[in-house]
Amino acid sequence: MVKRYVGLALLCIAWVMSSTAHARLTIEITGGTEGGLPIAIVPFGWDGPALRAPVDIASIVAADLHRSGRFTTIPEQEMLSKPTRPDAVNFRNWKALNQEALVIGRVHEVGAGRYAVRFQLFDVFKGDRLADYTIEAKASELRNSAHRISDIIYEKLTGEPGAFSTRIAYVAVTSRSGKQPVYALQVADADGYNPRTIVTSTEPILSPAWSPDGKKLAYVSFETKRSAVFVQTLSTGAREKVAEFPGINGAPAWSPDGRQIALTLSKEGNPDIYILNLTTRAVRKLTQNSAIDTEPTWSRDGRRIVFTSDRGGRPQLYSISVNGGKAKRLTFEGDYNAGGVFSPDGTRLALVHANRGDFRIAVLDLTTGGLSVLTQGSLDESPSFAPNGSMILYANGNNERSQLSAVSADGRVHQRLVLDGGEVREPAWSPL
Amino acid sequence: MHLLPLFFLLFFLSPWMLGCTTMDSSDESGPNDQSGTAAGQERARTSDMTDSDLYPRSATGRIDGDEPWNDPNNPLSNRTIYFEFDSIDVPSEYVPVITTHAEFLATNPNISVVLEGHADERGTREYNIALGEQRARAVSKMMKLHGVRSTQIEFVSYGEEKPARLGHDEQSWHLNRRVEIVYPER
Repeated sequence: MVKRYVGLALLCIAWVMSSTAHARLTIEITGGTEGGLPIAIVPFGWDGPALRAPVDIASIVAADLHRSGRFTTIPEQEMLSKPTRPDAVNFRNWKALNQEALVIGRVHEVGAGRYAVRFQLFDVFKGDRLADYTIEAKASELRNSAHRISDIIYEKLTGEPGAFSTRIAYVAVTSRSGKQPVYALQVADADGYNPRTIVTSTEPILSPAWSPDGKKLAYVSFETKRSAVFVQTLSTGAREKVAEFPGINGAPAWSPDGRQIALTLSKEGNPDIYILNLTTRAVRKLTQNSAIDTEPTWSRDGRRIVFTSDRGGRPQLYSISVNGGKAKRLTFEGDYNAGGVFSPDGTRLALVHANRGDFRIAVLDLTTGGLSVLTQGSLDESPSFAPNGSMILYANGNNERSQLSAVSADGRVHQRLVLDGGEVREPAWSPL
Repeated sequence: MHLLPLFFLLFFLSPWMLGCTTMDSSDESGPNDQSGTAAGQERARTSDMTDSDLYPRSATGRIDGDEPWNDPNNPLSNRTIYFEFDSIDVPSEYVPVITTHAEFLATNPNISVVLEGHADERGTREYNIALGEQRARAVSKMMKLHGVRSTQIEFVSYGEEKPARLGHDEQSWHLNRRVEIVYPER
């Protein structure tokens, strides 16, 4: 009897844990991957006492490359041969299958729980070897090794850095009827694996922002029943409350050098943009206006801040020098443009754009002033660029539960990141 | 033997963990209930009611009985002001609601309230937090005109984070664009 209840209770604990900490994002590609570069990733060979390698490197690499929308991968069963060493490669087999690139490799167990992953990338038509690397890893690092291989292949073939070994932060919300929802700030690999909870609260958590070195997250938490901005170091879990003024403490955005945070405060009676010096803890007021000024984002060169303001009647994006002065309006199309974030190269802004009631993700080209709408939802928000600028991650609230989606920066490839049994929002893609 | 305390702990926690207890979710009365009946009554009542009608006080100034804001027959129980989309202007039908609370607070300077600002889910989360606070400040400004002290009013804006109604429709959005006047729990 006692045993049965203990068993049941333990089951409950397991269930609660799995529904909060271990729920993983799964990615579904919802369209637009045709026309990518054809690439064959042959299952990697294995040298070790166990029956097979602890991680299927080739399938992780194939999934990464497929997800980027820049590649079309060939299924294993269509391969005419499965070489794992360069001398076994017959390029004619791959030409016959219209493959332009080929990846082969082997995983070798070099010691107890230590592995060396060697792989080669070939240009099928020229017969050239484009890359030949060996990566050493512990068992727990093998997924990461696979992502690093994807990064190398992506860069060799597209000329741009890959963003597969990066991470994403997001807020997962689990609610059960009649209970307070639980908000969890989580960090996972860019493919949704290895989710880790950074902080949980029964009060809202929002606006996570990565420090430029990728070591810390700034975020807003209402855990004390009022808003405060925290900075938390991921490796140690140590956190500091950096802003807790009367009124709003919100929308933290790191300066490119990581020494300052732009944020929204309303301590003087009205939401304005301030700059917080993380060393001296001094705050300096940047905007002065009776309207709402919020959602700062820092330009790549650190000299300007773009923010949302309704000073013209409706929310629009404005740009101001970090030294203050006159703000310049940037958006003119549509009746709602807010939540701007700079692209990694600083030439574009992703933002939330609404015209006649549908809130969608758009990109503003800062050189031409042209605005292109990338999504088709009605409640899309929180855009975040991949650190190589290739994709934009965002939240869509149309469904019963808010989920994350990603769209390629050209609007062609769409994918959805689904968390079973929960709601995900406020995505933030880590730096490289 | 040593498992027994663990068993009791788990036994009492397990309903919570299974999520099978039923608690009332926060109960919002809609603007229709309010503007149609309660707010209309207030408009008629506030002009000729004195504070002691609303809130009987003993000679010591201490509170007698239950809090008047929890009495459904008391106009103080009407504690929500609703707004139009992206607007911080208090609609005229809610002015009497604010007046009732302001007059009560002005004559009870030992009581303070939290004005909770909220927004609907449309638009960005941080902008909605700013919008919710602007709404709370608009209510505060009106209260102060009736003599409520700054020290009696605190604000917090949750933006779209704490909707009164879930749902992606005009009806839910209307119920979510609101300021709640929150009295302390004793």
